Amino acid sequence: MYQYRDIDRDFVRQRVEQFRDQVRRRLDGDLSEDEFKPLRLMNGVYLQLHAYMLRVAIPYGTLSSDQMRRLAHIARRYDKGFGHFTTRQNVQFNWPKLIDIPDILGELADVDMHAIQTSGNCIRNVTADHFAGVAADEVDDPRIYGEIIRQWSTLHPEFTFLPRKFKIAVTGSPADRAATRFHDIGLILRKGGESGDRIGFEVVVGGGQGRTPMVAKTIRDFVPEQDMLSYLEAILRVYNMLGRRDNKYKARIKILLHETGVEKFTQLVEDEWRHIKDGPLVLPVDTVAAIRADFALPPYQDAAAASDGFEPARVANPDFDLWVTRNVHAHKQPGYAIATVSLKPVGGIPGDATAEQMDAVADLADRFSLGEIRVSHEQNLVFAHVRRADLFALWQALQAIGLATANEGLVSDIIACPGLDYCALANARSIPVSQRISSLFDDMRKQHDIGELKIKISGCINACGHHHVGHIGILGVDRRGTENYQITLGGDAGPDANIGTIIGPGFDDDGVVAAVKTLIHRYLDIRDDGERFIDTFRRAGVRPFKEAVYGSA
Amino acid sequence: MALLRNGRLADDPWIQISGESPVPEGEPVILDYERWLEEKDRLDGRNAPLGVRLASDQPPSLIADDLARFSLVALEFPKFADGRAYSYARLLRERLGFAGELRAVGNVLRDQFVFMERCGFDALEVHGGDPEAAYAAAKGEITHQYQPTGD
Ligand code: HEM
Ligand code: SF4
Repeated sequence: MYQYRDIDRDFVRQRVEQFRDQVRRRLDGDLSEDEFKPLRLMNGVYLQLHAYMLRVAIPYGTLSSDQMRRLAHIARRYDKGFGHFTTRQNVQFNWPKLIDIPDILGELADVDMHAIQTSGNCIRNVTADHFAGVAADEVDDPRIYGEIIRQWSTLHPEFTFLPRKFKIAVTGSPADRAATRFHDIGLILRKGGESGDRIGFEVVVGGGQGRTPMVAKTIRDFVPEQDMLSYLEAILRVYNMLGRRDNKYKARIKILLHETGVEKFTQLVEDEWRHIKDGPLVLPVDTVAAIRADFALPPYQDAAAASDGFEPARVANPDFDLWVTRNVHAHKQPGYAIATVSLKPVGGIPGDATAEQMDAVADLADRFSLGEIRVSHEQNLVFAHVRRADLFALWQALQAIGLATANEGLVSDIIACPGLDYCALANARSIPVSQRISSLFDDMRKQHDIGELKIKISGCINACGHHHVGHIGILGVDRRGTENYQITLGGDAGPDANIGTIIGPGFDDDGVVAAVKTLIHRYLDIRDDGERFIDTFRRAGVRPFKEAVYGSA
Repeated sequence: MALLRNGRLADDPWIQISGESPVPEGEPVILDYERWLEEKDRLDGRNAPLGVRLASDQPPSLIADDLARFSLVALEFPKFADGRAYSYARLLRERLGFAGELRAVGNVLRDQFVFMERCGFDALEVHGGDPEAAYAAAKGEITHQYQPTGD
């Protein structure tokens, strides 16, 4: 993973001291809350329903076991003993005291971590495919480019007061595990250029969720690696000058793109780019090479030794086999595997991890995955370098700490936002609904029979729970002062990006749980062999599902 | 209100012309963009420095053809969260080659000094406190820069 240079370390330290001074000026009354707000937001400090919240960046989703231990320590010492892994490769602490936050940031800086640009109207921390660097299907490691973007965007003097927050995601794989088409900018690594073998990016712009969900549009099929930053700067400059500032609900780049039209918008970007393309932002080959070296694959064993005993263990232990089927993925290196650690125990709170679990995961990463951990945007953790021979021992160890749920991508692997339990903006509770739905099918084998099904729940139209892209999406709305839930079907965050459609009137909390159950039973009744829920929905359309829930009209 | 030029308190010889007040002869004046449009022909050949003030929805492309006539361009920050003028400043310096005084006016706060300077502003209209000390402190806070700008 990326190794901090001295300048990174000095910078993060200076940043902590700068914020310490800003907090002091706020507490002394030299700064009004209005003036303090953008400063604290630039350092990941939000004001929530009950308290301040601190959002810590896990750049492009990779962290070391020591960093994980530090997060556990912070959870214990400054919070209530847990942290919350979010859908944007961040970890949130929900109960820090403002006066402690500079010290927390100092503790993070000790392990090369920070909370810079995790909120505010700036370029947010960059996200990437959680299987980056090891996925069998990738073109190149997106974290190399994520790191370059992190550096370029850090305290960018021109782009720190944008019309609205700005999120960039990079994927190296056509499977798009980073939901790039739902970001302000998505970069999709590919080979191209005249010879067809140069590294570059397809650039998609203007995706997003919230109250106006949109799928990003491609504005350029291929931007060569060396031009990545100048192209990004051109997009950001156009947005900074022309993005709407009169209405915060219309301020994202997706609205600018929509109102300007893709063609005209693209022209504006290209015109701007022409001027700066060959300037100081051209990426030097050796800079890229130096960062690439940080992400080089670790020393692996040969395939035969690494795989010893794996197949027999699978045959001998059906529960292990079930876990392997869902949570283990193909690795670039023969003999190795990628394993997902589910943070979605059936009936639990999506994304929550206790300090003890974090410490235990760190120890397991040292034992089984070369001391490295990934955070996924589906709120799970990933071990990216596991010898197949070690998978059984890893699974047993995960079982001992309650993290061996074999449910990746299944009905109980739900994404849910904090909802009314924590969030001032919520219309409805999300977490209890998620807990009840995941408990509907507590027989793991039943869940496996149902197969891949992405359920996503948001407590209001801000869509923090990504309901728009759920195969089944659930949105909390306010219906004359009572909590009500709307269901959408057919959303997809991957390469077949799509926004779900509302199927009809909403339900109360009992009703929505029952309706999800009905939808799943209807799918089981009408599916063809090998069809996932989303495939059946695409083939059969909304009608059979609507009828199941509301009766035929 | 005080003026910081390159971090030092500086005298401000410029007169900002507001509304319909007359343009004095022989004195350096700053006109807003609308007034400039009205008067540009009449001011031809006037023998004193001229400045123009752009609101945050007035990009520098509006004055690109006349830029040689200005010794000063003032860019407004109506509120600190409106960051358009950062881009305008870079365009003026790096694209249009403007070499005169580039002044930030409006809601100019100490925590933005360094950003402004890095985008090409060399003069800041500031409020309250001890601006030189605030400037020195702000400059010392962060010494590493991750990206090239025109600076
Ligand atoms: C409890 C405190 C929270 C509050 C007050 C909050 C508030 C908001 C608001 C107002 C938006 C809409 C912004 C916009 O459309 O421009 C938003 C979007 C979002 N939030 Fe949250 N949020 C909270 C927690 C979370 C958590 C815990 C997660 C992750 C699990 C999260 C992930 C997101 C995401 C991914 C978006 C969508 C961004 C997009 O439009 O692409 N939020 N949030
Ligand atoms: S979706 Fe709404 S309820 Fe849920 S966390 Fe975001 S703002 Fe709060």
